[in-house]
This record gives sequence, structure tokens and C-alpha cells, in this order.
Amino acid sequence: MSAIVGQLKRSLVIAGKNVKIYYSKGPVIVFGLVFPLFLALAYVVGRDLPLEEVLPGLIGMTAFFTATSVGPSIAPWEARSRTLERLLCCPVAPWTIIAGDMLSSFFFGFIISAVPLALTLALGVQPLNFVALLIGLMIASLCFAALSVLLSAYPPTDVPATTMMLSSLVKFPLVFISGVFIPVERLPQWGAAVASISPLTYFTDMVRQLLINKGFYPLALDFLALIAFTAALAFAAIKLHEKTLARRLS
Amino acid sequence: MEYAVAVQELTKRYGDVIAVDHVSFEVEEGEVFGFLGPNGAGKTTTIRMLTGLIKPDGGKALVAGYDVLRSPVEVKQRIGVVPEVSNAYVDLTAWENMALMGKLYGMPKQKLRENATNLLKEFGLYEVKDRLVRAFSKGMRQRLLLCMALVNDPEVLFLDEPTSGLDVESARLLREKIAQYNRDGKTVFLSTHNMEEANQLCHRVAIINHGRIAAIDTPENLRARSMELQYIEVAFNKAVNARELSENPSFIKAVPAGNKLRIYTADPSTVIEFLVEYARKNNLRVLSLNTMMPSLEDVFLKLVKGREAVTQ
Repeated sequence: MSAIVGQLKRSLVIAGKNVKIYYSKGPVIVFGLVFPLFLALAYVVGRDLPLEEVLPGLIGMTAFFTATSVGPSIAPWEARSRTLERLLCCPVAPWTIIAGDMLSSFFFGFIISAVPLALTLALGVQPLNFVALLIGLMIASLCFAALSVLLSAYPPTDVPATTMMLSSLVKFPLVFISGVFIPVERLPQWGAAVASISPLTYFTDMVRQLLINKGFYPLALDFLALIAFTAALAFAAIKLHEKTLARRLS
Repeated sequence: MEYAVAVQELTKRYGDVIAVDHVSFEVEEGEVFGFLGPNGAGKTTTIRMLTGLIKPDGGKALVAGYDVLRSPVEVKQRIGVVPEVSNAYVDLTAWENMALMGKLYGMPKQKLRENATNLLKEFGLYEVKDRLVRAFSKGMRQRLLLCMALVNDPEVLFLDEPTSGLDVESARLLREKIAQYNRDGKTVFLSTHNMEEANQLCHRVAIINHGRIAAIDTPENLRARSMELQYIEVAFNKAVNARELSENPSFIKAVPAGNKLRIYTADPSTVIEFLVEYARKNNLRVLSLNTMMPSLEDVFLKLVKGREAVTQ
């Protein structure tokens, strides 16, 4: 048990290193801040929707884009600069490094997503349960961070642009099927079925329920689905990275 | 005898290529063990297996008493590694790199601060500790890598071509520090293709070629084992025909070397007598005559490429 705690502490050290190095990298700023900002503006401006209807999509989109912006770039960058070898020479298990990458992605997503959340409160929209909303945002940020790290596992390239591009190919369709633009309850049956495969669907649905008391799934199901997605994506990311790590060293 | 490194039948394949082929050796505690080989011989692959970076396909390796396959984290906790390619974080300062390493080794804050300060001072980097590594020269980066590898006071230090491409001053400093570290009783596993470095630093040397160990011994014993590579270098006051001299049965080979003649032989005294007699008969004066022992480089070339490569 103490060995696991020791490794988790080292994950935090790796996350801290990632914060220092990668948060200021160009692609992270572009994909994690600039791009979602303009997408959010395009989503909000000129739409004849009440503010309460707009906010869940805005929070969902922000959390998704920010929490997935750091993860895809770390592994290829570390492989290219040979610092991955440096980390692997230290007494850390491969999962410790992957967990550190996830945590740095999570922090970025969670902190930036606090901005639209604060905006919600500033505009006088009172969530039904603020603590539940905060916990939901934390789980969702962790889930999206795990997804982003998974997306960097294959192919085991040392070119950050490659993983950024491939992750965008997955991220954009997910946003469009996840009830961000059209709530799931207004989608046709097949659309709702497709939406159910995206973790973002459950987060957006959760925020809608907690902000405007409208939703498609029961709130507990939203939480459970997000936790299940987080566990599955994190497990897959660790296993796939473990398989491809040696290829990144050559 | 407790070994710092004990390797049995270690094997690594990449597809059809066997990079390391059933390699076995031991490194004693407190020893500087040299690992020599040409490029692609399997040196880096062996080091990567011993440091837990890649998994072997076969065989067993114990480092600091722990099995690298079963307990890689315990092994890494007790070793320091200086890889072939510089890999400090260039976006962090020297101090931040040291702190990162110390934290990843789980060192207490006070001990980390103390070790990092002492090492950076010892390697002449303390004054630039707050500068980004991006601005460091190659020599400074390599010194920092050694500091990073030593911050946890490791039992075994693995060095992969540590002085490759360095200026003379930095290379000498690094060699001095490695020797000093060893004098403090620590074990060093040094991969190099610098013969002089191996000769100066190593208690024993293993020569690896095509993934297999060709020889393991002290540099002196390796040289003694290759006495046919000893040679006599003679200079006469006039040019002589090397081919004519080569017909002597005591000569393995006679080759011109500048204004001298280099004669490879297993029987130096007979050759010296012959040369003196030859000079007398042909009215020549011997300007110089030296008996030379084979160098580690000669032994290496013989084992890797065959005797012909040395005597050419």
C-alpha cells in the first residue's frame, strides 16, 4: 500500500513538471484556450436561447476541450527530447508517469472550466446543487484527461503535431454527438443512442440537470457513467502506453 | 561474494535481429566495469535492460541485489543513470532538474537540497543553477546529467558513453569525477568505445560484439593474452625493404610506419638479434629500437575484427 502511495506522490511530481513545461506550449494554448474560446463565442453569439440553456453546453465544451488539450502532446514531446528515458530511469512505474500526465491534463481542464462556472454564478444562475456540480466537473475533467492521454498512446510517435491532429479527429465528432449543441432529449432515438457512447454526453446532461433541472438520464446514471468511463479510459491508456513505451525509446 | 551486477544468459531480440545474445557476466561491488564494443554491438541495449528501461526476452539480471524483471522500481531506486544522449529538461533550470530527480527518488527535502547544492558546486554548475538548461553547452549538460544521476547517492552508476563528443576539459573532469566516485567505494558500469578511457578507469573490461561477449578481463590481462600483437618499432639510417624482412620466420608481419618499420612478433628477442645482425651486414645504423606492448585498442580490434585489422 505504501508503495502505491509513494508512486502516487511521484505522479504528482510528474504532473507538476508537466505544468511547468507544457502549459505554455503553443499547441496547448491554441487547442486548450484560443480554439474553445472562439468555438464558445460562435456557440453563444447570435443564438436566440435563454442563458440557462446556453451555459450547460458552454461548460461542457470548455471542460472537454481544456482537459483534452495537454495530454496528447506530452508523450511525443518527451519521446522527442529523450526525457521519457530520463523519467523511466527513475524509480517510477510506467503507470505513475501516465497518471502524472493525466493529472496535469486534469488540472488544466478543471481550473479553466472554473471560469464559465464562475460566470454562471456571476450571472445569477444558481445551481440546484453546487457541490454536486463541482464534483461532477472534477470527475469529468479527469475522464477527459484520461481520454486525451489514451489518444497519445498510439501510434507511438515523437511528433506532437501527429497526436494533436489525431486527437482532434476524435474530439470534434464527440462534441457534435454529445448533446452540447442539441440536448439529448431533443435528439431522435438513433441520435440518443449514438450520444450514449460519449462521456461528454453524461457531463452535459449532468450540468443541465444541476443548472436548469432538465435532463435525459437520471443524475446518478450521469455520475456512474462518468466514473465508469474514467476508469475504463485510464486503464486503457495505461495498458496501451505500457505496450508502446519501448518503441518510443528507440 | 555479493555482486553489484550479475547477468545470466541475458537476451534481447528485435524481430529477427538478436541485439544481445545470451550475455553473462558479473560486476563486483566497488568495481569500475568497462563495456566496450563497436556501434550496434549491443552496449546500449544491455544497459537499458540492466536499468529496467526495456524488458529482456530471456535470461536474468540482478542489480544491487534485485531482479530487474521482477523488481524494476527497487533496482532503479538504487542506481543512477547517465544515458548516451543528453536528456535533462531544457525548459527547466539546472536546479529544477535536480529537484525533479530528487523528488522522483523520494528524497527528503533537506537531504535533496544538501546533495543538489554539493553536486552542483563540485561540478562547477552552482553559479548557473537558475539558468535554463536550454542555454547550457554540451559539456555543461553532460556535467548536469552526472549530477542528476548522483543526486540520490546511488549504489551503482551506469554511464553510457558519458564523454562522447565532449571537449577535452569537460571529458577530463568527468573522468576524474567518475574515478573519485569509485574511490568512495561505489560501483560504476561504463559503456564506452574510448579505449584510453577504459584503460584509465576500468578494473575489468568486457568486449561485446554482435551481441555476444568476446572477452572479459583486466586491461592488462587482455593485453597479455594478445602477445602476438606486440611489436618492435625500428628506425634505420636508410630505407629498407619491408618485404625482404618479412621473410624472416620470427616475423608475423612487417609494415612501414612513417620512417620506421613496425614488426609484429611473438618472439621479440630473436627479432632484435636478427635486426642488429641485419644492420651490421647491410652497413646500416639503428637509430631507434622499441618493443611495444599491444594497446587495449589493438586487443579490441583483434577481438572485434580479427588480427589482420590490427596489423594492417
